[in-house]
Amino acid sequence: MSQNVITKDEIVAWVLAYAQAISDNRVLLTELDVAIGDGDHGANMDRGFKAVAQKLQSGGTDISQILKTTGMALLSTVGGAGGPLYSTLFLQAAQACAGKSELSLQDWTGMIDNAARGVMARGKAAAGDKTMLDALLPALQALIEASHANLPLADALLKSAEAAEHGKQATIPLIAHKGRASYLGERSAGHIDPGAASTALLFLIAAKTLAQS
Amino acid sequence: MKKLINHPDDVVRESLEGFANAHSSLVRVNLDPAYIVRSDAPIAGKVGIVSGGGSGHEPLHGGFVGAGMLDAACPGAIFTSPTPDQMLEAVKAVNGQAGALFIVKNYTGDIMNFEMAADLAREEGMSIESVVINDDVAVNDSLYTAGRRGVALTVLAEKITGAAAEQQRPLDAVAAICRQVNEQGRSMGMALTSCTVPHVGHPMFNLPEDEMEIGIGIHGEPGRRRVKLQSANVIAEMLMEPVLSDMNAKAGDDVLLFVNGMGGTPLTELYIIYRKANEIASKHGLKIIRSLVGSYVTSLEMAGCSITLLKMNDELATLWDAPVRTVALRWGI
Ligand SMILES: Nc1ncnc2c1ncn2[C@@H]1O[C@H](COP(=O)(O)OP(=O)(O)OP(=O)(O)O)[C@@H](O)[C@H]1O
Ligand SMILES: [Mg+2]
Repeated sequence: MSQNVITKDEIVAWVLAYAQAISDNRVLLTELDVAIGDGDHGANMDRGFKAVAQKLQSGGTDISQILKTTGMALLSTVGGAGGPLYSTLFLQAAQACAGKSELSLQDWTGMIDNAARGVMARGKAAAGDKTMLDALLPALQALIEASHANLPLADALLKSAEAAEHGKQATIPLIAHKGRASYLGERSAGHIDPGAASTALLFLIAAKTLAQS
Repeated sequence: MKKLINHPDDVVRESLEGFANAHSSLVRVNLDPAYIVRSDAPIAGKVGIVSGGGSGHEPLHGGFVGAGMLDAACPGAIFTSPTPDQMLEAVKAVNGQAGALFIVKNYTGDIMNFEMAADLAREEGMSIESVVINDDVAVNDSLYTAGRRGVALTVLAEKITGAAAEQQRPLDAVAAICRQVNEQGRSMGMALTSCTVPHVGHPMFNLPEDEMEIGIGIHGEPGRRRVKLQSANVIAEMLMEPVLSDMNAKAGDDVLLFVNGMGGTPLTELYIIYRKANEIASKHGLKIIRSLVGSYVTSLEMAGCSITLLKMNDELATLWDAPVRTVALRWGI
């Protein structure tokens, strides 16, 4: 990230590092889903990102294509709610990057914005429903603010990771209104939402791999 | 974890392979992407009936593929919705040029994956309709939940809808029958024990010897409330009461009474539940004109049961009685 931009190779490194992090956190994500879902989120995501890692072995031709390959691989391997949602996230991100050979903070923010809109359209959930959006939307908000303040890219990525982590923790007292956890009613309170946890990890890994390269 | 498996990662594939070996006269099985189709598919001029969902509910859905019921079923990982590419390939394999109906249980994952599959199939020029099954009265159908779950009524919907399609009725008529079954049927379930998903390795929840969960779904998730264990008669009352009040059943109505086992409960016990449910229904003045007892929509090795009531009419009864030839339901042929 020499010129305050993100390159194609860094996007590949981010997705591959995320695949590794999902694998490392598979049991944790599964246990979160055992508590308020059906215990498959870790296995689903790990199956999907293993397939993604395979596809990205040989790198990629451009940023948009790398993100699209990721989204398509997730669509055909993850299943569950997480499959269409994470697939949509990456496909919409790809669309926002079409034709770009590197991403500025503004580009990255626009990409996350498009991804968040896609997830909202697909799942019809809103902030506070105790879903992955409760990590995704705060991360986006932090990027928008950093973008307006013209912060260096590395600082913006760190702030978005912190906001996503904060959003994830803030799902604990919430009662779920979407997805499987909503069947539990009040019994869904007192637990971190598994999708918010996997999304917070996505932004943490972005800060770790992109801000430090 | 004590299971008849080789490795958690291989459970779904190896089970499908065994299914294919055992039932090659009834079905064809494709492994990648995974789907099961009836051996004589596609049938020209017939609407294709396609369903699917997470594995672990067997015989649902693969056990209901065959003449008079499903044309295709798509199995996902254990308790996880299948993916759009599976559904797309399955619907193409059963395309008799009369369109296809997706029968989808109401879960966020199933809804989204089938929606994406329907979009892809329409892009390829096929007519697709979807009917969402949501019969579980344990969940409030409100803005604050993902809506009532699809549970045991799914089997009745697949049987009756499959019979309508077998008569070569057009897509909109077949979908209308399926919707009618969904509107007129309600279910409620309970668990005596939890179940263990192979890759999790431990039970989904801990249920002491003297307690039970009321209002469970079919994914080993805890129910609406946990109460002290009761006799079979009291349990039958606890399940029948919410079903009867939600479906607005009136004296004189014809019904189908279905007692479903969750996978780990013997038929002996299911008939004790049936006996009491039959008595309660009769007291309400309902006429039980058809019945089904057995483990058809399961949750791995969970012990427990659900009760489903479906309000019948002459047409539904005729379609229910129509010949069916599948691994798990077979009569008339
Ligand atoms: N409507 C929705 N919008 C956004 N995110 C959602 C929605 N529903 C569920 N989620 C997210 O998906 C996560 C669960 O994903 P998971 O992969 O475990 O799928 P699942 O719900 O178990 O799917 P399935 O029902 O097919 O098994 C939740 O923790 C939540 O963050
Ligand atoms: Mg889950």
